[in-house]
Amino acid sequence: MSETAELYQTLIMDRTKNPRHAGKPAKFDLEGHGDNPMCGDRIHVYVADNGTRVNHESRGCAIMIASAELMADAVVGLTPDEVTERRMAFEAMVNSGTPNPALGDLNALSGVSEYRSRIRCATLPWSALAEALEGAK
Amino acid sequence: MSAALKTESFDIAAIRSDFPILSQTVHGKKFVYLDSGASAQKPRAVIDAMVNSMETQYANVHRGLHWMSERTSDAYEAVRDKTAKFINAASREEIVFTRNATESINLIAHTYGRAILQPGDAIVISEMEHHANIVPWQMLRDSHGVELRVAKITDSGEVDFASLEEKFADGKVKLLAITHMSNVLGTYAPVERLAKFAHAHHAKILLDGSQAVVHRQVDVQAIDADFYVFSGHKLYGPTGIGVLYAKRELLDAMPPFLGGGDMIASVSYERSTWAKPPYRFEAGTPAIIETIGLGAAIDYVEAIGFPAIAAHERALTDHALAVLSNIEGLHILGSAQDRGGVISFTMDGVHAHDIATLLDRQGIAVRAGHHCAEPLMGRLGVTSTARATFGLYTTMEEIDALATGLLRVKQVFA
Repeated sequence: MSETAELYQTLIMDRTKNPRHAGKPAKFDLEGHGDNPMCGDRIHVYVADNGTRVNHESRGCAIMIASAELMADAVVGLTPDEVTERRMAFEAMVNSGTPNPALGDLNALSGVSEYRSRIRCATLPWSALAEALEGAK
Repeated sequence: MSAALKTESFDIAAIRSDFPILSQTVHGKKFVYLDSGASAQKPRAVIDAMVNSMETQYANVHRGLHWMSERTSDAYEAVRDKTAKFINAASREEIVFTRNATESINLIAHTYGRAILQPGDAIVISEMEHHANIVPWQMLRDSHGVELRVAKITDSGEVDFASLEEKFADGKVKLLAITHMSNVLGTYAPVERLAKFAHAHHAKILLDGSQAVVHRQVDVQAIDADFYVFSGHKLYGPTGIGVLYAKRELLDAMPPFLGGGDMIASVSYERSTWAKPPYRFEAGTPAIIETIGLGAAIDYVEAIGFPAIAAHERALTDHALAVLSNIEGLHILGSAQDRGGVISFTMDGVHAHDIATLLDRQGIAVRAGHHCAEPLMGRLGVTSTARATFGLYTTMEEIDALATGLLRVKQVFA
């Protein structure tokens, strides 16, 4: 169980159970969504207040919800290009399993690299955010 | 000859020793395989039959005039006889080899569906179908103008005959396409009654036997099935080989599915004529090695015998339903009277994928998701479930390991 506990560590479980960015805001500027047809997981991401607030409406597993939460923390105030850069670094990190100091708390998801079928769960919120930011261009 | 084949009674230890993969470890833990409903593991007898064919007796079938091709054709065709006997088809010509059950259903939709069914005719399926028994009919509906109707299931997960009556009421229904055993709920459909019902309404019946054929003796004549389909890989055989059974007069009236070699009587640039069934439906070089593997799988299952297999699996299912019901916050889907070793469940506050990942780390393989039955998930009010499915090699200890594993999952999410 120790290996599992590594992925389902405190930070991930805490953010899954007590999300801080969940729910659709009354007003938002941009919206994107992501679907995982394999499991029926679905996420809507909302960008509000000139990119300083990101919310998500999620129906999915602990990994996806924690990833959406940590993403919402990590992208506050970033430009779309900086978000893209962070997304690429995040995707590289979850695929390789090598933590990247620049990614801070997002590294909590590095353990997902051991579960190939679950990497998509971690990256889905970022795909939804990318779709939202496409609308800004 | 394996130990299991020699014993009269059900010797689970001997049976397990027939399946080399079951001694593997996963993440350093004993491998507990509870995903046989997705695809079953293969006994040594199947592996050996396929390897032996490639090492000692292999050439293309139905073509060569040489010794090796004739022997290979004999071995290939012997599996047709074996399959016919396995499901008690009236003749070997009623057995068409396909790639899998999905291809079998698509074959029926493309040939029977387009040539025999007319625009305006209706097809009825149930709410508990696999996508393989939904999508081909939607494609036929969109291209050919037939109507697709969905009969309800009851809350217990059984066929709702009142709904079926309603769907058939206007006399337009020409085909009832329904599962013999739900891959999500484990429900066995009352197939004899359904066949009588369909025939009384002048409709044909197609049964998706992908799950059922593994667990019960199937007799297509006793059922009076018009079409019956299944895959080899769930029956302890290899992937890439499936079966379509259809009554002879139906196959005779059906045009070809794919065109090519082996399915013709004669070919000229002006026109070609079709071979008789079953060859009309087997264009190109077939899955020779896989067919031989299917034959070995049928031999293996029959040597153990369905009475013993069914009794073992009934005990497993009863035990699983009992121990899983004891886990607080765990919900088993469906409560059909007649159900087999397919158990889908949800856990309060835990997504099915998290269940599967946490069990996997304990060496326990279950499936999680919508199980290729998205509309049924909607009917049940869930988006995904975890699913444990049993095979003839599943043990009581493995069911207990699942229960223990699920308690650990609960701890992580507590």
